[in-house]
Amino acid sequence: MSATATTTDDGRRTLSPPGRRRATVIERRVHGSYVVLRVADPEGQPARPGQFAMLAAAERWGGGDGERPFLPRAFSVARIPAPGEAEFLLEDVGPGTERLCELEAGDALWLLGPLGIGFGLEAGGRRPLLAGGGVGIAPLAILQDELAASGAADLAPALLGFRDAPHAEGAALLRHGARVATDDGSVGHHGRVTELLVEELDRDERAQVYACGPPAMLEAVRALCAERDVPVQLALESGMACGYGACFGCVVPTKSGYVRLCVDGPVLDGEQLETALVPGAGH
Amino acid sequence: MPAIGTGAGIDATPSLPTTFCGIELAHPIVNGSGTFDAIAARRAFGDALVEQFPFSAFVSKTVTVAPREGNPPPRLWELPGGLINSIGLPNKGLDGYLTHDLPELARLPVPLIVNVMGFTREEVARLVDAFAEREEVSALELNVSCPNVETGLIMGADPGETAKLVERVRPLTAKPIIVKLTPNATDPGAVAEAAEAAGADALSLINTIRGMALDPRTREPWLGAGTGGVSGATVRAIALAQVQEVARRVSLPLVAMGGVQRGRDADDLLRAGATLVAVGTESFRDPLAGRRVAAELAELRREGSNPGADAPAST
Repeated sequence: MSATATTTDDGRRTLSPPGRRRATVIERRVHGSYVVLRVADPEGQPARPGQFAMLAAAERWGGGDGERPFLPRAFSVARIPAPGEAEFLLEDVGPGTERLCELEAGDALWLLGPLGIGFGLEAGGRRPLLAGGGVGIAPLAILQDELAASGAADLAPALLGFRDAPHAEGAALLRHGARVATDDGSVGHHGRVTELLVEELDRDERAQVYACGPPAMLEAVRALCAERDVPVQLALESGMACGYGACFGCVVPTKSGYVRLCVDGPVLDGEQLETALVPGAGH
Repeated sequence: MPAIGTGAGIDATPSLPTTFCGIELAHPIVNGSGTFDAIAARRAFGDALVEQFPFSAFVSKTVTVAPREGNPPPRLWELPGGLINSIGLPNKGLDGYLTHDLPELARLPVPLIVNVMGFTREEVARLVDAFAEREEVSALELNVSCPNVETGLIMGADPGETAKLVERVRPLTAKPIIVKLTPNATDPGAVAEAAEAAGADALSLINTIRGMALDPRTREPWLGAGTGGVSGATVRAIALAQVQEVARRVSLPLVAMGGVQRGRDADDLLRAGATLVAVGTESFRDPLAGRRVAAELAELRREGSNPGADAPAST
């Protein structure tokens, strides 16, 4: 990793080298329902929190026997564990994630990134509040790392929602505190993560909320924050073929028309959206 | 790291000098219209994109007279070896393109080909006229894969419609006019002949092939617009057959595309009669795919494994 990472978009975007590159899995960890891949990417530049990368296994991924997966898949960078490395949080939910979850230390993968515009860390004196759901907790880990490193003294625990205990093991990804809610009540609060968010906002509304998770959760968080006039940044997801603005496939509707989530997101201000329920997302 | 097959490590621009409609190009690999947004890519990759620009000419996304938002999402569906897209030609419209896009695209290190589409012949004429004298523009490509709202016919699916369109715009510019054929026609060869007779300078093919997919949960059409266009490796054999057929029926230079992923695929299309080859869907998987394909093609020629290597790669 070079010390001269170039950032744009008010420091929210680290530029990516223009070609996909061959990276190597150096560690595979299992956290309940999730797999964490630690990847050596010596040519890469450190992602800003909320940025993502397009990943594909180097072997048995399209172009071979003609079966899916064909396109790379987008994943938030979950952590920069060391210079020239990155971690990704995966859940096996389809042919692409299934193949990536099979990768072991020593296996190669194609990586393009970091891509997109990440979270804006300037909170205007408001306390940062992190709310995540499911595999969407990934960008909150690197965000929390960075907030903690910058000395945010009153950093509240991240609020994380999962469906059950095996998924709740993903909370271990957050190193600076987390409060967990589960749909089935097996771990932590029995209910929705938005209920934890209501508690926090009732305690002190001078917050800047950062959220990532499934569409229904993000929409609940967006609506809650809009109602209370609390600024919120949402890391959204939409199916994308390329990750760098070429395919125009990942558009989401905003108050000012469609925007490509890959180049104008994936982090959007709640104020930009009528709804965070993106057609086709969470599929 | 080997230069071939990695998408990285290709330092020098591959050298396979090619002439297309009088335009000198460093190699025969360009992009398919609407598969690469050089302006957005520069936001993601910075100046490194310009320094390692993957194509020998840049074909810009379709411009229409009025701005278009594009189709409602979802817009993509992955297939074995490809995808269906239903993007709907979002663009800033002619005025927005001239004001915002053209100055940026003119700064690319390669010639610019502008792709235009109209819903009537007069709209196409207005677009061609707007670029007729622009020195930033090396050639024009006509997207004829849309209905003429006055006749209801897909312009490029009908030889007569295509001929009338080309005859209308031919006198407006001295720049090369490329007609992009649609594979969704009964006889693309007949459309190609009509375009040649009406004065087209070149043809490009294939555009995407109409397709659809159902949402596995609701069993309703997945794509927001119902149907879309199939591209990727899965259409390669169809493209090769159509290129060979059209090459037999016209003497115009051809820009061939459809599922090109490797230098060998490009070589196949060149052997079938193409002058240039466009990379499209593969760029989604690797932004520098065009550069890699050109390098692999150059390597094939160097190896002399290609009996056609002595033939000039020009028209």
